[in-house]
Amino acid sequence: MAFREYRIGAVMFGAALSLSMFITLVVPSFNIFSVGSTALALEKQLTYGFNSGWNPDDMFLTGANKPLKVLLKQDPQTDAVMEPVHAYVFPANARFPSGILHPKVLGAGSDVLSVEQGKINEASEAQGAVFLVRSGEHNGKAYPYIENVSATRGWSPDAVLKVAGDANTSHAGAGKTIFVREGCWWCHTLLPEQTQDFQYFGAPPYLGDFNGESPTTFGSDRKAPDLLHVGSRNSSKEWMMMHFFNPRLVQPHSIMPRFDYLWGKTDANGDQIDYAAWRKEFVEYRNGERVTPPEVPNYRSDSEIRYLIDFVLNLK
Amino acid sequence: MLMKYLMGKNEDIPPGTASIFFSFSAIVWFIIGTGLGSFNAAKLAFPDWVTGFEFFAFGKMRQVHVMAVIFGWISMAFAAAMMYITPALGNTKLWSEKLGVWSCMNWNIGLAVGLFTLWMGMTSGREYSDFIYPIDLILLFGVLIPVALNVWMTIAKRRTQGIYTTNWFFAASIFMLLIVLLVGNLPEYFHLTGLTEAYLTWWNAHNILGLWITPVAAAIAYYTIPKITGNPLYSHRIGHLHFWSIVIFYSTPAAHHLMSAPLPEWLKSFASVEGVLILVPAIAFVSNILLTLQGKWNMFVENIEIRFTVTGVLLAIPLNMQGGFQQTRSINWYIHGTGWIVAHAHLALLGFSTFIEVAAVYYGLQVLMKRKLYSLALANFHFWMLLIGFSIYWIAMTIAGLIQGAGKIYEVPYIDIVVAEHPYMIARWFGGTLVFLGNCVWLYNMYMTAREGTPVPAGRMVHELAYER
Repeated sequence: MAFREYRIGAVMFGAALSLSMFITLVVPSFNIFSVGSTALALEKQLTYGFNSGWNPDDMFLTGANKPLKVLLKQDPQTDAVMEPVHAYVFPANARFPSGILHPKVLGAGSDVLSVEQGKINEASEAQGAVFLVRSGEHNGKAYPYIENVSATRGWSPDAVLKVAGDANTSHAGAGKTIFVREGCWWCHTLLPEQTQDFQYFGAPPYLGDFNGESPTTFGSDRKAPDLLHVGSRNSSKEWMMMHFFNPRLVQPHSIMPRFDYLWGKTDANGDQIDYAAWRKEFVEYRNGERVTPPEVPNYRSDSEIRYLIDFVLNLK
Repeated sequence: MLMKYLMGKNEDIPPGTASIFFSFSAIVWFIIGTGLGSFNAAKLAFPDWVTGFEFFAFGKMRQVHVMAVIFGWISMAFAAAMMYITPALGNTKLWSEKLGVWSCMNWNIGLAVGLFTLWMGMTSGREYSDFIYPIDLILLFGVLIPVALNVWMTIAKRRTQGIYTTNWFFAASIFMLLIVLLVGNLPEYFHLTGLTEAYLTWWNAHNILGLWITPVAAAIAYYTIPKITGNPLYSHRIGHLHFWSIVIFYSTPAAHHLMSAPLPEWLKSFASVEGVLILVPAIAFVSNILLTLQGKWNMFVENIEIRFTVTGVLLAIPLNMQGGFQQTRSINWYIHGTGWIVAHAHLALLGFSTFIEVAAVYYGLQVLMKRKLYSLALANFHFWMLLIGFSIYWIAMTIAGLIQGAGKIYEVPYIDIVVAEHPYMIARWFGGTLVFLGNCVWLYNMYMTAREGTPVPAGRMVHELAYER
């Protein structure tokens, strides 16, 4: 090999690149690996499930096999009224997030509590499970942890969904998949910046807010408002509906694309949505030929727009 | 003809075939990529322009533009340059033309499939590694490793004693690209999550630029400038400085893309200091090339390849001045996430590296096809469309970014920023469209060169012949 005379150079190249890899990959990985989860990180991974980007369980990013977040006001076994809690329901065959599959991901304290008190290692994807986010104490320090209530209290996914009802069920997990697929994050960041943004977009996230989430979709090119706390600024489902159907209905200067196609072919009553007629009437309204804009159709409860609105409203 | 080469014996394939295939593929991808860019920019200026088609939504096309330009145009032009320059510098033939033709076909098919899946919304949700990982693996094993093998084996089997600067860069950069793509996509292969995923996303994105696009473009300039001017490289020592400082400094500042994210603070500070140190390779490169031109500056006017290359090298000056300093905490808080960064990214990819690669494709195609350029007038038109289009784009987006930065720190209601940016969004669309139209003319010019260009007599170099049109 004629590389012989370049042996010193090749060795130096290998050494330099390895050193660079060591500093930029190995050392930070120790650091990042030791980050413990905040309660938000536990809630996020239980809301979004295994992965919100492309994965073999959801090849076309339709929001399949995702958990549901429900607001539970009654005990699913006794129907007794109880203090409302958010429960995270994984129907049978929905993939668990990293924190359930590998408790180490949750960070020191949370992992021990989740396994010992939360019994998360007894959960099975084949049968489905229901989880709660709790806080507990380990070695005298407080940590959030995940409780597998299917094991500790015998709540089954079906019973929880039935007692909660559709109105208290959020498809935020499927909605994040739609958020990724539709490329919302090319303009809307999910990262208020550390040196400003407090007043307008709210506080930046904490170091431990991301354990188990994938993809994190921070966004890099902000052409529109940051959405990390949008559900706290604006919690109106009706406003979201109008804004997604045609952003110019509520904000004439908006450059956001229309997401009317996420309604699908039919509305909540099962009637066909006539998009062409709607657009024609909207143009008339914009030109001042109509006093009121056309009505935005109500969406079906299993439509993609429902998932997306549930996701956006869940960003508190 | 393609089938004949794909199935034929290696010895029967004329030298340069792979490079010619790669060059024309790159031009076509450049037209597709800039056309998509123009379309996307129009959507930002006129959001109701095309509605009612799910697949023409901005969110589904933005990443297709980025990936078409990076892996179609830029990387294929690199492959074309490597397959032509590496053997030329080793005074030998390409190790395997057949493998080169196969890699070109795999690349076109793999990229087309990858872009189609992206367009259909099948994305990993990770910027610059948007392709779903099966496509990443196809590109890695079906395309990049064969190209790397060809480059390394051609260098190993060279018939010269030393290895010239350009070939160090080619051999090292393609090795580093393989490592970067393997490591950068680990979150997808092994489902790594949280900050690890966020950091590796930007580690991958930064290093594709820093260890692949920047050094390979520079390496091409190290070849074209001395070759066409006839001046020897000003200093091999400075070339060494450039090479080693790329490997040491440019491979480390990935975290500066996440300065406002909750990463460990030491990592951000370290990345920021290393980020300023990219000025070392940058200054070494620019000074080396400009000093090589001593006594031959007339060619900046008279020769189209020199003009393109030197324009690219001159654009590296604002590029690196921005790049070195905009990532420090004192500046980054103002311009992070604004159009300034978009302008900077286009300065790197459409300014600096594209101008150098365009020259390489112009020159390489003429040499390999042994035909003089069909029309200097059309090439001049192409140059000015690219330069004017790019300048309009860059200036408009820089101003838009500064407006956004001001709006951000003064907590202006976001819609007022959108209104203020509107004229610059129109300017960006106009500039991008000029680049797209210029490229269409370029494809015509190179097609006519292949068909009607005056044959270059044996023993003559392309740039010795006078232009005819």
